[in-house]
Formats: sequence, C-alpha cells, structure tokens
Amino acid sequence: MSKVNLKVNGSMHTLDVEPDTPLLYILRNDVGLQGPRFGCGLGQCGACTVIINGVAVRSCILPVSSVKGEVTTLEGLSSNGRLHPVQQAWIDEQVPQCGFCQNGQIMTAKALLDKIPQPTDAQIRETMNTTLCRCMTYYRVQAAIKRAAQTMSNGRTASAEKARV
Amino acid sequence: MTISGVIPKHIEEVLSTHRRGFLKSAGLLVVSFATGGGTFVSEALAQNGNAAREGPYPDPDFRQLDSWIVIHENNTATFYVGKTDPGQGTGTSFRQLMSDELDIAFDQTTCVMGSTDITVDQGGSGGSSAMERDSWPMRRAAAEARRVLLEMAADHLGAPADQLTVSNAVICLKADPSKRVTYGELIAGKKFNVRLTGANVNAVTGIAKVKPVHELKYTGQPIQRDDIPAKVDGSQKWVVDVRLPGMVHARNIKPPFACAKLTGIDESSVRNLPGFIKVMRKGNYVAVVCEREEQAIRAARELKTTWEKPATAPFPASEDLFHYMRGATPTSVAEPIVVGDPDAAFSSAAKVVEAEYEIPFQGHTAFAGAAAVADPSNDQMTVYSNDMKSYSMRTGVAAFLGMPRERVRVVYMQGPQCFGRSAAEDAACEAAWIAREIGRPVRMQWMRQEETAWDTKGPAFLVKMRGALDASGRLAGYEYSARSCDYNHVGYNEHDTVLIAQLMGARREKPANGSSAMPSDVYAIPHRRMAGEVVSLPLVWETPIRTGNLRDPNGPQSTFGAESFIDELAAAAKSDPLQFRMDMLKAATIDDAGFRRARSIAVLKAAAEAYSWDPRPSPKSPGKEDILTGRGVAYSFRGQTVVAQIAEVEVNRRTGHVWAKRMVCAHDCGLIVNPQSLRHTIECATLHGLSRAIHEEVQFDTEKVTSMDWISHPTLRHSDVPERIDIVLVNGDPNPNRSDLRPYGAGEAAIKPMLAAIANAIYDATGVRIRRVPFRDARVLAALKAAKI
Repeated sequence: MSKVNLKVNGSMHTLDVEPDTPLLYILRNDVGLQGPRFGCGLGQCGACTVIINGVAVRSCILPVSSVKGEVTTLEGLSSNGRLHPVQQAWIDEQVPQCGFCQNGQIMTAKALLDKIPQPTDAQIRETMNTTLCRCMTYYRVQAAIKRAAQTMSNGRTASAEKARV
Repeated sequence: MTISGVIPKHIEEVLSTHRRGFLKSAGLLVVSFATGGGTFVSEALAQNGNAAREGPYPDPDFRQLDSWIVIHENNTATFYVGKTDPGQGTGTSFRQLMSDELDIAFDQTTCVMGSTDITVDQGGSGGSSAMERDSWPMRRAAAEARRVLLEMAADHLGAPADQLTVSNAVICLKADPSKRVTYGELIAGKKFNVRLTGANVNAVTGIAKVKPVHELKYTGQPIQRDDIPAKVDGSQKWVVDVRLPGMVHARNIKPPFACAKLTGIDESSVRNLPGFIKVMRKGNYVAVVCEREEQAIRAARELKTTWEKPATAPFPASEDLFHYMRGATPTSVAEPIVVGDPDAAFSSAAKVVEAEYEIPFQGHTAFAGAAAVADPSNDQMTVYSNDMKSYSMRTGVAAFLGMPRERVRVVYMQGPQCFGRSAAEDAACEAAWIAREIGRPVRMQWMRQEETAWDTKGPAFLVKMRGALDASGRLAGYEYSARSCDYNHVGYNEHDTVLIAQLMGARREKPANGSSAMPSDVYAIPHRRMAGEVVSLPLVWETPIRTGNLRDPNGPQSTFGAESFIDELAAAAKSDPLQFRMDMLKAATIDDAGFRRARSIAVLKAAAEAYSWDPRPSPKSPGKEDILTGRGVAYSFRGQTVVAQIAEVEVNRRTGHVWAKRMVCAHDCGLIVNPQSLRHTIECATLHGLSRAIHEEVQFDTEKVTSMDWISHPTLRHSDVPERIDIVLVNGDPNPNRSDLRPYGAGEAAIKPMLAAIANAIYDATGVRIRRVPFRDARVLAALKAAKI
C-alpha cells in the first residue's frame, strides 16, 4: 500500500491503496462515488468512463498511480445545482432504460462535445461506437447528443452577445 | 367490510425514509422535477443499512387495502406494488393508472416497488404482464380507496356520498364547494382497515368499480419517466452501490471446462495476498472472499485449482450444433396441432416449397456482470438484487439456505438490464451462502467473461417448414416443425437449479422438459400441421450452456422460421410479401374476443403506410453497385399484442455488412398508458432484435464457451443504429373508443418478428435467402459469393 493523491470533482483525496489498483475501484469504494460503474473491466463497454484532462477515459483499466490530472465523474458535471446541458438533454430525450451504461454514454458525449461542439452524425457514431448499451437506447443517445450540441451552441451565442453588450 | 388488519409499521418507516431520499435528490432537479413524486425501489433501505428492519418479515397482506396505498398528512399518496421496473417505465405508468382511480394529482404520488417485505407479491416482472394483468388489482385498490374516502367524507361533511365530488384528493359538496375535506385530513396517520376480496393477488378487488377509459386523465399522457433523473445525475443507488458495515467482497472461480470436477485447491497460492479472508468451497463451487474489491479480483485470478474434465464431451462445438441437433433423439415431443387435411393439400399442390432455419444459442449477456449483496445480520438474510423476480428470489434463497421464508427478504434495486432469467439469480444465492458461512455482509460480483460465458441462454432452434401453393399461388397447406435445444431449461430462482446448487451437486431427478414453440400468426391457411420437440445436449448439469427465459423466450426463433418462410412462399408465388400476408389475414372472417385478426390487419396496413411500401414481389433484381438495398416485412403477435416490423437494409456486396438503415414498427397493445415510455420500449426491443439478427451468437468448442467478452460476443453498437426509426402506435380495435379498452403487454412483442424482418430485407436486396442467424459480415459475404452476387 502507498499514499496516492487524487483530485476528484474539485476535492483532494489522499488514499492509502495499492498503486496498481484500477482507478474505478478507488472512485467507487474509497471516494464513495457511484457514477462510474463496473461493466466489463476490460475497457470494452464504457460503463466506468471518467474525464481526465478533457479526455474520456476507461477507469477500469487505468492504474490509480498513473492518473495525472483532475478526475471528473458523472457526479461532477452539474454545477450550482444545475444539470449540465448533456444531462438535461438526456432527460428531455428520455434516454435511459435500465440506465446502467448511461454514465459511459453521457461522459463520452460530454468529452466529444467539448472537443467538437457540432459533431456530424458520422463523428457521433464513430466516437460513441465503443460505448455499449444492452437496453439499446442508442437511437435516443444520438438524438440527445444533437440536442445537447444545440443547447450548448445557443448558450455560447447568448454568452457572446452578452459580452458584446 | 371494515375488519381488522394492521398496516405493518415498517411501511410508514420506509415511507419516511423514501420521502427524505426523494426530497434530497429533488433538490438537484428543481427545473425538471419541481413538485413531482417518483417511483422508488428500496434504495433507502440500503442507504440506511439494516436499521430499518430487523426481521422476521411476514408477507404483506394483499387483501388489506393499507398494503397498497398510504395517504399522508400533506395530502400525498404512496402506492406499494409488487412489481419491478428495470427501466421500461412501468413504475410511472402504475402511478398514472392509480392516480386516475384514486383521483389525486399524479405529481402528488410516489410508488414503491419490488421489495418483498413491504410490497405484496405480484411476481415482480415477466411475461410482459405489467399493464395487461398486474395493473388491474392496483387500479381496483385505488378505486376502492377513493370509494372509502368518499364515505368518510360523507360522515365528515354530513352529506350523502352522491352529493360529493372529488378532484385532486379534495372532496367537496357539489352544492357548496367551500365545504371540503382533503384525503389527508380524513385518513393520514390512520389505517383504512379495509378488507379486499379475491382468490389471489391478481383477483384483488374492493366494492368500487374501475373508471371507464374516457374518465382516465393521466392514463394516455406522455408523462416523463420518474426514474430517469437519478440515472442521469449520478444520484441513483444501484445494487452495486450497497455498502454495509463489515461488508466483504467475493469473486467466483468458475470451472475452466463444462461439467468439470474440482480435484485440488492450493490455498497457499493466495493466503498471503493482501486482504485475503477465505477460500469458499463446496463440491465444485469455489469462491474467494477478501476485504477489498480489487483484492478479491486478484485472489480469484491467482488461486491455483486443478480440475478433471468429464469423460464425454458435454456438447458439440458450436459449428456442429445443428448437425448434432438434427441427429439427436428428442427428449419430448408435443402433440402436433393439425387443422384440415395437410397431407391432401400437399399431394394436390401446384408447388411445394421447403426450407430449414437455424437459430443458435443467444445469451442474456447483461451489460454488467451479475451482482448481489447479502446481509446475514440478526439471523435473517437480506439480499439486495436487481432480479426482476424478487419475490421468487426470496423463496429460492430461503429454500437454498434451508431458512424459513419469513427470515429472508429481497430488496429490489436497479441494476443492468434484466430480460428474463438472468444470472442475477445465481449471484444472489452465492452471496447469501457465503454471507451465512462467514457471518458478514457479502458483495458478489461476476466478471465480464463469467457473465458472457455462464449466464443463461435462449435455446437454439431448428425450424423446418413446408408449404403447398395451389395453382393460383395461394397457401393451401403448411407444415411447421420446430426442434429446440432446451432440455433442463432453468426456471426462475429454483433452489435446485441455480448454478451454485448445481456446482454443489444438486440434481433434479426429472429435469425440466424445456419447450419448443408454435408460430404466432392468425393467417387463414386451410390445412396446417404444427409440431414441436425438444432435444438435449449430451451433458446438462454444471454447464455454461444452460437455457432459461430470455425476452420472449422462444418467439424470435420460431418467428424467424415462420415469417422467413412466408416470405419464401410469397416469392415463389411471385406476390408482394406484404399483400401475401394481408390476403391470408383477410381470408378469414371470424375473430377472437380481443379482435386480434382485425388488429393484425391494422398493424400491417399502418406499417405499410408509414413506410410508403411499394407493392412488388421480392427480390429486387440486384444492380451492379456495391451497396444493395432492400426492404422486408414480418408480422407476429405475442399474447394479444400485434406487431408488424418493416426493415430497410443496405447490404455491402464487398464486405457482407448489413446495415438496417430504416425501421418502421407498427404496434397495437390495446389501451396505451404512457405513449412516451411505450415508444421507447418498442424502439429498444426493435434494436435488441436487430442485435440478435446481425450479431449475437454464443460460440463454444467441445468443452467451454468461447464467447467471453464484447469482442468475442459482439452486440449492437452506435454505428449499427438505423438513421430513422418510426414507431406507429395503432389502435385497431373495431370500436377504438370503447370504454373498456384493455392494455396488453409491450415489453417483448416488438422483438419477435425482427430476425425475419431483417432476413426478408436482405433477400429483397440481394436475392439471397439466409436461413442461419446471425447475419454477420462473413456469413452474408459467403452467401453472396455462393450465389455469385
């Protein structure tokens, strides 16, 4: 066991763990989060996705000692009690069924929209292609991504106009 | 009517915990969820550990009104129902129906589901029965509560009940609305103490009658599902999130071969690992227990075990499966169904068409490995599970452990999707057994490879079809003969077939027969013979190839044969495949009480209109381009729900890749309670069918399953999704506005015709008939090449 410092959703945590432990188990069992979940432990499904330095990362295969940068989880997306536009789009489009995979869908989509604010259908399909859902909510996930892109774009326009005024 | 019967004290306790949990989560969701209630599974119980209830846990009395409805001081209501909602929105729909019958605002209600000690046993989920069967006792209980409250108000206001009116849980005098009393003022803090009648939970009723359809206000509205916000904001508490004081982590060590015998364990290989607690072993069942999760994963990986293979191969390799099934002696043969004189029809036929179809084992393959948490505190056993049948799990765990049923409870919580008999049931017995043995709460989690290889499978099918066309191209004779590989089909929560019991040596003297299936159509075919039989794999115990119910258990398989073949007949008759079906539906004149024939015609017509179906025989003559396009239709019913699916596919001639570019599903399930969640359920079932059509197959060699993860067992992905899906909700009842329109099931029906719809579309595009599922690239490409396309 050794000391590991981890910044998660704005808070610092000092943990005494085996350094090769996958980040997922630390987030769930030591930090007490429930957004990232175990789906495959192989990096194939996306259930465990977190965002580090703007990149959607599979925390089930990432040793905690190799984490460089702040970790954002599903719980860290909302701010001041307001849902992130991606989350709101997920509610507006009524995306989940069982919901177990949706952490991966939402976090991967969020990282995509931060990188490409107005993705094409092909970019959405390509980026999301390794994020799986066994309830088969894909059609609505894709609709929600487009809705969120629109909302975020409207938000940026509004901010820019405000700045000009 | 009013006799003794006490509301269990814990219902109130749980309620207050739920309410607190609800308010807390609602804080984050002010915008979308301002005043509303919600549907709750018992995560509050898990959050609070076991403080709430020490046990034992007697069954809630389904004949007591207080077991179904509690009204609070602030004039809100909580409904308690014996169902589970793994994500299709049934919880929200129950609230809509019960709010309507009780006459209370929807957003002033909550619904608690699925935990065995606080909700009556309605069986949990299964068989698409939520609206069709199980919503009725809920509605009648709510109607009865309204009636009783009106009587109480009559006393309170000093006026006869027929001079009162009720709206949003407020009762007032019709003549003088200022004279009013709320439900909360009448009953909060007290009990109804009203006895209901009925031979069983499905028949539960009071005196009051349910409302006619036109008086239902929330029913039929596209109200947003109440379980979604928590699944999106990260506040949802899942089974895998249960943390109890002293809880430890367990992982299984599965036999490396089917039907293997454990010959040795070298405990020294893990004894010194950090956090190691114990190796659990009984018979061929092996698990490790450690303090932390990652420690248990490591110990399970590093534990040295030795195993002996069985004397004979437990099964043929998957590529030899259908050859094996053809040659096997059936373990059971159903009495054939014969209509008319099929032999005569075949002997006088102008043309006889024959074909045979193959559907492999397809897995449940839940999105995440099965999990359960078991707590042995106070000499009771509490199991936290996402199994859709929490009530039979309680009975099964009690029988497996040899504990009195009253000492076992199952707390239903959310988990990865559950479409039948899933491995969640196996994980529950494993967690419970280990918890009892070591005297600490245990969290059991299956790994990905374990889930994919060892979960229950939908049975493989061979379907042989023969058809006799007369000189005018009409189908005069029809033979259907199905053979399923389903012997020793595992039931729900059976203490002697659950995997840990098998590994510990339990054997049923008489294994379950399993079943085959008949086609689900109402075509008027004058002469028919339909037969089904079951065969067995060589070894059926302690094997990863064990069959159990998977979403519409035999329907996709039998319908793949039946509805592909109808297409082949239409092609042989040079008829448009949709019109060919329509003609056979219209050839009859009699219908059943639910008008299934009329509604079958209506869905086919609606699908054709939505798609703009252009009548012509299949196939198109394929052009020279790389991408070939075509469309296919298939139709079936499940229970009284009728479905027509139209698929438009692109087939890549160079790669064999199939993309369903467009789907149209027309669906009639009678009364629609929530069109929003219904559309979503149909859409997801359609895509689940697409996944099974183009990807899913359990593969194995002669000793083990080799489909182990999402690479070796592919599933539908984002890139496979149609660019357009149209769901057409049909009401094909001859009297669509009838006041007694009934709701039918919707969880499964849409998946049933999907394998055939895709196969028929591929045929239309390419002229190549593929009679073996799934239509993976390599198989399609080989078929195209063989046909020189």
